[in-house]
Amino acid sequence: MTETDDIDVETAVSADSVEAALEDLEGEGLEGYNYAYLDEHTKREVRRAILKAIAIPGHQVPYASRPMPLARGWGTGGIQASLSLLGPEDTFKVIDQGSDESVNAANIRRLAADTAEVATTTDTTDADVIQTRHRIPEEVLTDDQILVLQVPVTDALRKVDSSDAANRRRHAHKNYGKMWVHLYENVVEWGEINIAARYPTMVAGRYLMDPSPIPRWDVPKLDDADNLFVFAAGREARIYAVPPHTDVEPLAFEDRQFQVERFPEQSCAACGSTDTYLTEVETDDGTRHFACNDASFCLKRQDDPTLPKDHHLERSGVDWGPGTPDADGDGGVAGDADDGGDDE
Amino acid sequence: MSLLEATGLSKVYGEGCPVCRERTGDGAGTNQCPVCGSVVACADVDLDLEAGEVLGIVGESGSGKSSLAEMLALEPEREGTQAGTVRLAGHDGNLLEADYQTRHELRNGEVGLVHQHVRDGLNLEFTGGGNVAEKLLSSGWRSYEDVRERVRELFCETEIPVDRMDDPTHTYSGGMQRRVQIARALANDPELVILDEPTTGLDVSVQARVLDVFRRIQREEGVAAIVVSHDLGVVRLLADRTLVMRHGRVVESGLTDRVMEDPHHEYTQTLINSVI
Amino acid sequence: MTVLTVDGLSKTFDMHVLGAKRVVGLDDVSFEVDDGEFLAIVGESGSGKSSLLKCIYRTYRPTAGRVVYHGADGDVDLATCGERDVIALRDDAIGYTSQFLDEIPRVPAVDVVARPLRESGIPIEQARQTAETLLSRLGLPEELWDAYPATFSGGERQRINLAQAIAPKPRLLLLDEPTSALDPETRAAAIDLLHEYLDEETTVVGVFHDRDVVEAVADRVVVLEDAHVERIVPIEEYAGEVVV
Ligand SMILES: Nc1ncnc2c1ncn2[C@@H]1O[C@H](COP(=O)(O)OP(=O)(O)O)[C@@H](O)[C@H]1O
Ligand SMILES: [Mg+2]
Ligand SMILES: [Zn+2]
Ligand SMILES: [Zn+2]
Repeated sequence: MTETDDIDVETAVSADSVEAALEDLEGEGLEGYNYAYLDEHTKREVRRAILKAIAIPGHQVPYASRPMPLARGWGTGGIQASLSLLGPEDTFKVIDQGSDESVNAANIRRLAADTAEVATTTDTTDADVIQTRHRIPEEVLTDDQILVLQVPVTDALRKVDSSDAANRRRHAHKNYGKMWVHLYENVVEWGEINIAARYPTMVAGRYLMDPSPIPRWDVPKLDDADNLFVFAAGREARIYAVPPHTDVEPLAFEDRQFQVERFPEQSCAACGSTDTYLTEVETDDGTRHFACNDASFCLKRQDDPTLPKDHHLERSGVDWGPGTPDADGDGGVAGDADDGGDDE
Repeated sequence: MSLLEATGLSKVYGEGCPVCRERTGDGAGTNQCPVCGSVVACADVDLDLEAGEVLGIVGESGSGKSSLAEMLALEPEREGTQAGTVRLAGHDGNLLEADYQTRHELRNGEVGLVHQHVRDGLNLEFTGGGNVAEKLLSSGWRSYEDVRERVRELFCETEIPVDRMDDPTHTYSGGMQRRVQIARALANDPELVILDEPTTGLDVSVQARVLDVFRRIQREEGVAAIVVSHDLGVVRLLADRTLVMRHGRVVESGLTDRVMEDPHHEYTQTLINSVI
Repeated sequence: MTVLTVDGLSKTFDMHVLGAKRVVGLDDVSFEVDDGEFLAIVGESGSGKSSLLKCIYRTYRPTAGRVVYHGADGDVDLATCGERDVIALRDDAIGYTSQFLDEIPRVPAVDVVARPLRESGIPIEQARQTAETLLSRLGLPEELWDAYPATFSGGERQRINLAQAIAPKPRLLLLDEPTSALDPETRAAAIDLLHEYLDEETTVVGVFHDRDVVEAVADRVVVLEDAHVERIVPIEEYAGEVVV
């Protein structure tokens, strides 16, 4: 599969430029920079792009992406969107593949804290704006929250055609036959639709959208959510959005349905959860086990193993993502195809 | 009305000028305007087709056959300026001027085109089956098993080995690729199929097979067809009626055997004699 | 009843290629053909026999005159009627076979013969059975039935041709030298078959080269000479003529 072609944070580039920018800020204070790092004109333009994106759910809106003190592919789009949305009253959270602790997440958080004077948090339920790479939190987001997703590749159709001009025509005419052939051939090869991430998703019955490299697990959370999702790409200079309560449907056949990853017989080694997206991790002594990918929720579950994902809401039983899979789940490991015998 | 009615079809590549029409054509001996240099690929073409009928269009390379075929197949206008009317039974108005969506739906449904160049008609990276499935999926089929079954059926019908349907199309022989295009064109039971040079680039025995397959299906399904070819033999085998084109104009038309055996126009006589 | 009235039929060819030469194929030809009749057309090579059949079938567009087919739905002038009317009549009333077989190379002999039957709606098995009967009556070896006629000898192809033409028993059948390439034995078989397979429902206008065949099959004879009708005589008279 050719799913994640964005840059691997751990290995690709050092964080020198961010460090340098932050050093700079610490030396001279905020005088040398505008509030929230970007000039007001830039932020207005980004906000206008976001408004357009909200008006046409799933449609990619171009904007003038600025150079940021981060390597492109590190979330330069996400940070521009976040900094344009944040105000001094807001609380900001940054997640990098489920973790608040990566160098990249910490740096982005620090940049926002220093330049926009925002409070930061690792608690999903405390944040007003959450910037994330490759995950949607396990805890239900509310209509007070905005999730900003970092996007490496903006167009779902690029999988089937590298020509952006041709793809723009396809979007204009809702001509998604080629993507359907991709799914068809996927089933031919694997017996089921086997797309690990960047799952092609139909927004409001009109535009096909790349939901960024979130796992399939997170795709259902986009549908009819209370919160706003903003997708921002720096390198490709495009912003798109899923407004609250929008129909979002992963493409699938009537008889080969969309499925989230299943973790049969597995639970989180740290908190024991069986209803969260698990990733396999290797400890120092070489043993492998599964653990929650959403680190901050895992900590809460470690305190209270029965804590529901909508614990912070007034109502309960809120539909958010795949819910609790069958205890005797029917095969299939995250991102991997099996023999295709269990497509229903 | 007939299944298809086309009047005054023209296609001009270039700026065009007021004398383009009169300074080109059979009488002028060229399709290029001596004043402005534009190419009048075809002009003033009228034709009509009844359900189940096969019309041949012959002429040497460059006479405007493909340009005409693309207009009739409601292909998206890429270059040049087109004019005229194309009407299909059951659809209102001049379809040359219909919006993209209407034409797109017609191309996925009632009108199938087998392109002269394989690359215009097929995605060679996709499987053969995928290329055929695309037509079904684009017209809204959403059951995987139904799509598989229909693709299998079309492979059988067009005599492509079913066990090759999941192989990439670039691994197919030229004759098989041509038949994949035919299968694709037929996928949604169209009323009309347009074949542009269905046998060029194929060796003789393979040509025969492609023609035979197409003729059998054409008769069995009663689908109307327009067969464009520079090869008189192809048109002779398939077409009830034939148009002869030269320098972008229709110079003669009639029953195919009449055109072949009793050609009236000087150009047609030369064409026929050069074959015999 | 009359099936066909040919009246003042002329055909000229303007050969642009050969320095605008004009060739006369038929000049003021008139005759009538009765229902169920077998009319033979004879004459020297180049006298206009094939042109006459082709004008009737509209493979040639007559230059002047009328070719009126008296059909169930009224009269149609084949010289001037619309092309679609010609196609419709060819589909269900008028058959024609030339000296040359014109078929897609890869179709087996039996299917070539069965095709007109199938296209008229007869189920494939039944159509094939009829085709096989006809081919066997014409003495085509059974091992050739499923072979492709493209590889056949002239005589073998002619048998396919004839079988295909008579198979659907059209109301009016135009045969152009259907037995010219056959050996005497097969020719005799072909004549028998014409008698037996075709009943009063089929009217035949046939061009023949061979006097014996004409005498065996024809009711009346049109003798063409240099694009004109030289004479039209009943078979008894024709048979009684002294051949020089
Ligand atoms: N895209 C184009 N731009 C300019 N001229 C073209 C183009 N396509 C075709 N032509 C010209 O139009 C004329 C007719 O071409 P075409 O329709 O392809 O003929 P045919 O199919 O009979 O070979 C030719 O002179 C050809 O060179
Ligand atoms: Mg062409
Ligand atoms: Zn956990
Ligand atoms: Zn001009």
